[in-house]
Amino acid sequence: MTPSDYEYLRKLLKDLSGLDLSADKQYLIDSRLQPLARKSGLSNIGELVAKMKSGSGAFIAEVVEAMTTNETFFFRDKVPFDHFRGSIIPEILQARAARKSIRIWCAAGSTGQEPYSLAMCLKEMSAALVGWRVEILATDLSQDVLEKSRSGIYSQFEVQRGLPIQMLVKYFKQTGELWQVNGDIRAMVQHRQLNLLHDFSQLGSFDVIFCRNVLIYFDQDTKIDIFGRLARAMEPDGFLVLGAAETVVGLSDVFKASPERRGLYRPSGVHAAPARTSVLGANAPKAIAMAGL
Amino acid sequence: MKTCLVVDDSSVVRKVARRILEAMDFRIVEAEDGAKALDECRQGLPEAILLDWNMPVMDGYEFLGELRRMPGGGTPKVVFCTTENGVEHISRALAAGADEYIMKPFDKHIVASKFREVGLLPSTTLTLA
Repeated sequence: MTPSDYEYLRKLLKDLSGLDLSADKQYLIDSRLQPLARKSGLSNIGELVAKMKSGSGAFIAEVVEAMTTNETFFFRDKVPFDHFRGSIIPEILQARAARKSIRIWCAAGSTGQEPYSLAMCLKEMSAALVGWRVEILATDLSQDVLEKSRSGIYSQFEVQRGLPIQMLVKYFKQTGELWQVNGDIRAMVQHRQLNLLHDFSQLGSFDVIFCRNVLIYFDQDTKIDIFGRLARAMEPDGFLVLGAAETVVGLSDVFKASPERRGLYRPSGVHAAPARTSVLGANAPKAIAMAGL
Repeated sequence: MKTCLVVDDSSVVRKVARRILEAMDFRIVEAEDGAKALDECRQGLPEAILLDWNMPVMDGYEFLGELRRMPGGGTPKVVFCTTENGVEHISRALAAGADEYIMKPFDKHIVASKFREVGLLPSTTLTLA
């Protein structure tokens, strides 16, 4: 990969998906795009870039998809789900006792392990939730991962990471070497394609937003913008859950860290500075249309 | 240092499991069938047992029954690790007192995940993207 190839990829990914590839992320391009190049009959990243430059919108979309897909597991990092069961839901049960409704958004739902983990937690608590309307919305940039998430079908490897065996037996049905999440759990999750860079105010207001391990790929300005818009998509007493290595602290006042609960943030009540409605550049709309995103 | 007893009739599997578990700071004891595993347990109960199902002389299911009947036999965490990947086997194993269940093929991530589930590893290990 030549420096100019790298620069081309860096700029295109930044414009289309907000993905911020600093110099030390070159390994990510190699590891994600070499397989795609091979699959497409191309010898190297240089040829891959040439094909992108030749104007193939569908191929550009494939490249973006390969770069933005993240690996995920059931009950990833465990602690956020302990918080969910142990304090978030109990507090919401009190706070929404009159409304009897909970809206949860998995803002980087990926292949579904996170929203289905939440659904299983809620199913375990179903006695306390009788008569409640619970909505889990899972969104992602990638159509491929949304399809997989909708299907709820996982490999033997995938169901053995993070998932206690008792939950596997209870909430999944086995067909050969594949396991599918039971229909009643799947029915608890709605799926929708969404680019976090775009306006999402039409989604309404949520009680809980999981936005884990996706913002780490964005640059500072993009992160700040998204935090501001997440705060506006959240009830004043709602909960934001970030990934293990992420924080809002030092970036934005719109959330404050929850003292004893690592990874949990609550709206601070401070309003963000008027945000731009989109962080995308002037050429972006055309590029996005071309990429089919 | 915690001890893990690796019970499998395949020396290759025992070697792979040993490598994975030693990297997780376990002291390893090996046994090639359920009877030899019981002998090891009589000499000293390990904290963890990685247990194959199908073995000559005494299989994993029979070993588990014998283990749980031993004095103190309720304490070791037993994680099955077997090619038997059907729900019926899993349910039988859990009913007989297994703590967790790994369906082969396995890798270090799966072993770590299952060992965390049963409290043999701290759950504070982060999984970074």
